[in-house]
Amino acid sequence: MNKTVNDKAWFLILPVLLLVAFSAVIPLMTVVNYSVQDTFGNNKFFWVGLEWFQEMLASERMWDALGRQIAFSAIILAIEIPLGIFVALNMPKKGSWASLCLVLMSLPLLIPWNVVGTIWQIFGRVDIGLLGFTLSALGIDYNYTQDFYAAWITVIVMDVWHWTSLVALLAYAGLQSIPDAYYQAAKIDQASRLSVFRFIELPKIMGVLMIAILLRFMDSFMIYTEPFVVTGGGPGNSTTFLSIDLVKMALGQFDLGPAAAFSIMYYLVILLVSYVFYTVMTNLDKRDGH
Amino acid sequence: MAKITLENLAHSYLPNPKTEDDFALKELNHDWVDGEAYALLGASGCGKSTLLNIISGLLHPSQGRILFNDKDVTLSPTTERNIAQVFQFPVVYDTMTVRDNLAFPLRNRGADPTYIKDRVQQIAAMIGMEATLDRKARGLTADAKQKISLGRGMVREDVNALLFDEPLTVIDPHMKWELRTQLKSLHHEFGHTMIYVTHDQTEALTFADKVVVMYDGRVVQMGTPQQLFEQPEHTFVGYFIGSPGMNVLEADVQGNTAVLDGTQISLGKAFGTPTGHVELGVRPEFTSLSTGEDGLPVTIKRVEDVGRHKIVRADFNGSEINILAPEGAEISPEMNRVVFDPAGINIYSDSWRVAPKVA
Repeated sequence: MNKTVNDKAWFLILPVLLLVAFSAVIPLMTVVNYSVQDTFGNNKFFWVGLEWFQEMLASERMWDALGRQIAFSAIILAIEIPLGIFVALNMPKKGSWASLCLVLMSLPLLIPWNVVGTIWQIFGRVDIGLLGFTLSALGIDYNYTQDFYAAWITVIVMDVWHWTSLVALLAYAGLQSIPDAYYQAAKIDQASRLSVFRFIELPKIMGVLMIAILLRFMDSFMIYTEPFVVTGGGPGNSTTFLSIDLVKMALGQFDLGPAAAFSIMYYLVILLVSYVFYTVMTNLDKRDGH
Repeated sequence: MAKITLENLAHSYLPNPKTEDDFALKELNHDWVDGEAYALLGASGCGKSTLLNIISGLLHPSQGRILFNDKDVTLSPTTERNIAQVFQFPVVYDTMTVRDNLAFPLRNRGADPTYIKDRVQQIAAMIGMEATLDRKARGLTADAKQKISLGRGMVREDVNALLFDEPLTVIDPHMKWELRTQLKSLHHEFGHTMIYVTHDQTEALTFADKVVVMYDGRVVQMGTPQQLFEQPEHTFVGYFIGSPGMNVLEADVQGNTAVLDGTQISLGKAFGTPTGHVELGVRPEFTSLSTGEDGLPVTIKRVEDVGRHKIVRADFNGSEINILAPEGAEISPEMNRVVFDPAGINIYSDSWRVAPKVA
C-alpha cells in the first residue's frame, strides 16, 4: 500500500510550537542574551562572552546560597516525606471522617504563598504573634528576626505546615489503590504491621512517592515568597536561598548580567537533578522486572 | 486440620438488617468434616466469598458461631485461626523474590530455616517454578503470580483448613487442569480440610468429594456430584449443574401422573398432590426423541453437534426443551415427540424438590 506523502501535516504542530516559543523559549533567550553582555547604561550592550558565568562560579555568595538551598531542601524532604506517609497511614480509609480529613489537609495547599508567609510572620512575632508570644512567655528566647536557628526553624516549620499535606494526599491516594486482598493475604500469612508496610504498602506507593519527592524537591529548591515575607533572607544572609539572592542581585542591585548567568545555572541545576531523579526512578521500575 | 462447624451463621453487610433479603448470607448450619475436600459452587454474588471470608476470619458474621474442633473462634482474628486462603486475583509481594514469597508465611511463624528451605523447594516443584525461584515477583505473568499465591497457601503443613476463592480464574486452561490435579493429590497426601469456591461446575465436580451449591445467600444442596446430577434438591441446582442444564417445565401433578400443557405423562412414582408452584424437572440425559404417540409434542428447532453427543433444542408450546441424543443417532423431522425416562424425573414445588412417596 502506498501512503500519500503530505508534509502539510507538520503545520498541525505549529500552534504548539508558537505557544512553547512564547511561553518558554523567547523569555529564556532574553535571559541568555543578558548573560553574555554588559552595559554602561543608555541601553547600549556589548559582548562579554562567558565572563559573568566565570564570575558567578567564583562567587562565594552564590556558593553560600546554594549550600543553604541544598540544606533547606534536604531538611524539608527528610521531614515531609516520612511525616506525610505517617499521616496517610493513619487517615481513615472511608466514611465522613475521611472526607473531613481530606478537606482539612487540603486547606494549607490552597493558601497563596505570600499569605502563608504573612500568617507565619505574624504568628511568630514576639510582641503580637501567638507562637512567638507563647514561646517567650515560656521563657524560650525565640526571635526569628535576630536568631539564626529561630529563623531556620520558623522557615522549615512553615514549609512543613504548608506542604506535608501534598505528600500525605499523594501517599493516601497510593494507599487507597491497594486492593483489600493484599491486606487479607497478609493477615492469612500472619505478617506483622511492619512487614505489611515494608512489603505491601511501601512498594505500592513508591510510584506516587517518587512524584511527591520530585515535586517537593523542585518547589523547595525554587522557594522564594514565604521566606522572603517572613525573614527577608535574614538575619544577615542566613535564610537567603537561591531565589532570594537572585532577586536581590537582579532587581535590588540591577546586576542583570551576573543575575542572568546565575539564572541559567540555577535552571540547569534543577533540570539536571530532576533528570537524574527521573532516570533513577524509571530504571528502578525496569530493574525489578528482571 | 480441623472440623469446622457453623452454627446459625448469617451475615449482612448492612448495619441493621431487617428482612431476609438484607442478608448476603442467610442462616446456615453446617459441619465441614475434617479432611474432606469441598467445592462451594454458585453464581457470582450468591454469598460464596462471604462465607469463605467468615471462615477465615476476614469478616465477622452478623450472627451465629464458628467452631474449629468445637472451639469457638467466632471473634478470633485471622492470625489465630491458622488458615490458608488463596484469592481470586494474584497477591504477591512484589519486591520479594519468588523464594521469599513462598517462605514468607513460614518465616512469620518462626519456622526453622533449614525446614523452610526444603519446604519452599518442595512447593516450588509442585507449582513448577523451581527455575524462577530467585527472580523478583514483580514483572511475572498473572498466572505465574497466581501460582505463587497458591504456593504460599500450601506452604504451611499444619493449617486448620485451606480455602480457595476461585483461584484458577486467571490461569490458562491447560495449567488449570494440572494445578487442580496437584491440589487433589495434595489433599490425598496431607488430608487438609479444603474448601474451594468456584462458579465453574467442572472445576467443582472434579475437585471435590462434596459439592455445596449456593443460591441467593443460601445453601441449596450439599452432596456428591452424583447426587447433584440425579436428584437436584432445587431447580437452581438442576440448571446450574449440567450442560445443558435441567429442563424445568410447569406441570400439574396428581399421584403418579403429570399434566403438562394438556399432555398427560406417567411419572413412574407417586408424588401425592404437591401444592404451590409445581414444576417438573428432567435432565436432557433422561430424554429421548420418538415418532410414536407417547410423550410431549415438540418441534425441533436446531441440533448442535458437540462431538460426543448431539444437543437437540426443541420447542414445546413456547418453552424450550433440550434433548441429548447419542452421537450416531439419526434425527429426522418426523420425530415430533419427546419422552422422559421416569428415573430422571424430579418434581418441584416452589423450586424445592418433592420427595416421591414410597409405595
